[in-house]
Amino acid sequence: MSQTPETTNARADFEPFIQIKDNYNFWYGSTQVLFDMNLDIPEKQVTAFIGPSGCGKSTLLRSINRMNDLIEGIHHTGDITIADQSIYDPSLEVISLRKRIGMVFQKYNPFPKSIYENIVFSLRIAGRNKKSELDEVVERSLRGAALWDEVKDRLHESALSMSGGQMQRLCIARAIANNPEVILMDEPCSALDPIATGKVEELIHELKKDYTIVIVTHNMQQAARVSDRTAFFYLGKLIEYDVTDNIFMKPSNEQTEAYVSGRFG
Amino acid sequence: MNRYFHKELEEIRSKLILIGEKANEAGRLAVEGFIESDLEKTQAAVKMDDEIDDLEVEIDRASVRYITLRSPVSSDVRLIFVAIKASHDLERAGDEAHSIAKKTRTILTRDGKVKNPVEIEKMSALAFAMMRDAITSLLDENLELAQGIIKRDKEVDRINKENYTTLYNEMKGEHGDSSTHVETILISKSIERIADHAKNLAEEVIYLLTGE
Repeated sequence: MSQTPETTNARADFEPFIQIKDNYNFWYGSTQVLFDMNLDIPEKQVTAFIGPSGCGKSTLLRSINRMNDLIEGIHHTGDITIADQSIYDPSLEVISLRKRIGMVFQKYNPFPKSIYENIVFSLRIAGRNKKSELDEVVERSLRGAALWDEVKDRLHESALSMSGGQMQRLCIARAIANNPEVILMDEPCSALDPIATGKVEELIHELKKDYTIVIVTHNMQQAARVSDRTAFFYLGKLIEYDVTDNIFMKPSNEQTEAYVSGRFG
Repeated sequence: MNRYFHKELEEIRSKLILIGEKANEAGRLAVEGFIESDLEKTQAAVKMDDEIDDLEVEIDRASVRYITLRSPVSSDVRLIFVAIKASHDLERAGDEAHSIAKKTRTILTRDGKVKNPVEIEKMSALAFAMMRDAITSLLDENLELAQGIIKRDKEVDRINKENYTTLYNEMKGEHGDSSTHVETILISKSIERIADHAKNLAEEVIYLLTGE
């Protein structure tokens, strides 16, 4: 499948919220890892990135909040916009970009602090210390992450005393504390058991009412269950992007068919 | 834990109940058209066939989608397979109703009324009761009711054979009206097939509830 915007977004029937555009390319030093990407991501839906290891899906995800900037020797061509604003706009501070984008990682990573302090950490850094405001943010975020009822009586206990699934949901609560527009999730369930995975998937289904979610997952069944649209990547190229039903039930591309049916390689 | 997509399973189950009710209603109208020589009821039964066909397609598509996207296991998988098989049985029962209605229409158009309805009324009452109970057993997850349906099929088979013998003997006699007799034999056979589909549905409900 060619990588023109016309084909990759052939079935687009939405106003894009995040746009990867102008044939986005990305290099680690001299190694090119993303090739000619053009991808429109809708607002308040779940978009899944799937593909074998090394296909570029995590690199693309981490490009959206410029996490890759932390790596030396990277460069790109093309552009990524969120609500029509380029993330590479020189007048845009990376910190303010990351406030608009929450991120949840593969391995849950709560700070060695209380549940409460994990949620309000970024607010305190920003100098917001008013107790009533912090209390409100903690309750809203924990409710948003479907965790409030489980921890409301032990908010000042260490976050590290929680189960793995609870810690990951705490990280989601922390990600939404700043009222972001976008949540990026990089394999958020790969360290969780099936029950905790189910809870996080349910949470993703709830969160999309308020947030635009992009999720990288190795688990194709998970992509099928949670996402509205799915993009399949291979060797740094976007092979096919469509509504999830089509990707899993009737993909247009033979490589996609081979990958989703486990006949790859 | 209830997952958000479990409601899709309930929608499939609801559609299955609906196709069952429509197939039974089509059969009832077709047979009443025959017994009462009522062309209007016959036409109404004919019209229901498309609705039943469409529902079967909807159930098939929703089932394939559920298997593909929701990774079902255990009783959820059984429900999906039962939905696919049962909707096929019910669609075929609808086809039999359609066939009864069309043959009745031919008889009524040619002869004005049905001259010898043999034991069609009694037989269809048994067949439709089987179908109604099979649908109820699915709706209520009633194993005992489903199990009881299986043996009731024999009585319908017996009446069908009796109808055949009666009509065949009449055809051999000098006053036989061959066309009407053949059509009535086929109508009797269609009702016997509806009872078979009800029996199949009951077996599918037993599988759903027990896994066997």
